[in-house]
Amino acid sequence: MNFDKELDASGLNCPLPILRTKKALAELTAGQVLKVVATDPGSVKDMQAFAKQTGNELLSSAEAGGKYQFFMKKK
Amino acid sequence: MSKKLAIIATKGTLDWAYPPFILASTAAALGYDVQVFCTFYGLQLLRKDTSCLKVSPLGNPGMPMKMPFGPKWFRDINWNIPNIIQAGIPGYESLATALMKQTIANNGVATIAELREMCQEAEVKFLACQMTVELFGFEHSDFIDGLDFVGAASFFEFAGETDICLYI
Repeated sequence: MNFDKELDASGLNCPLPILRTKKALAELTAGQVLKVVATDPGSVKDMQAFAKQTGNELLSSAEAGGKYQFFMKKK
Repeated sequence: MSKKLAIIATKGTLDWAYPPFILASTAAALGYDVQVFCTFYGLQLLRKDTSCLKVSPLGNPGMPMKMPFGPKWFRDINWNIPNIIQAGIPGYESLATALMKQTIANNGVATIAELREMCQEAEVKFLACQMTVELFGFEHSDFIDGLDFVGAASFFEFAGETDICLYI
């Protein structure tokens, strides 16, 4: 998937992946896509909840090799 | 209009410093308007120097005492140390605090100073209880910038219109 910016939140724990995601999204313009990599297992549900409450679109959420990968489209 | 969260922070230890800052920063990231009213021991959360925040395992059976270093089998041991020994050893609290800080760093959890800064960046508003400032003999210069020193009435002006109000 194409993306405009990548955020590596590996090794970070709650609530840092969400706070960093919010910050990274602020640097994008509407419609651009942010890729986030995280290792916090709680981030799977948290990213969904973040997207639902902020209106940004979670395009995909996947796990590979103990890492979680998210693509979030800015509102 | 954005949702609102009000938190009353009343505890002044390292462990209890986390819930208000985690919830406030996350809510702000979700678009909430957030105010945190720090009163009594909660004032310690707003001091410039966060090294005043310590953790005490004494009388806290819920706190696991595990070592943040060494091989896994060693880290997994829960050191069940009787209260009477904890109370009698000078510096036990400082030792427990140092171990907890190491555990926090090992787990990729932010420090209190970092979380507090993120809250302020996200425009979380911190209110310091002026009455307790005087009661405990603090000066305004003991605290971080950007605070409002107010009384309970000011807190209720915001809290009365919130969607969520938490007492921590």
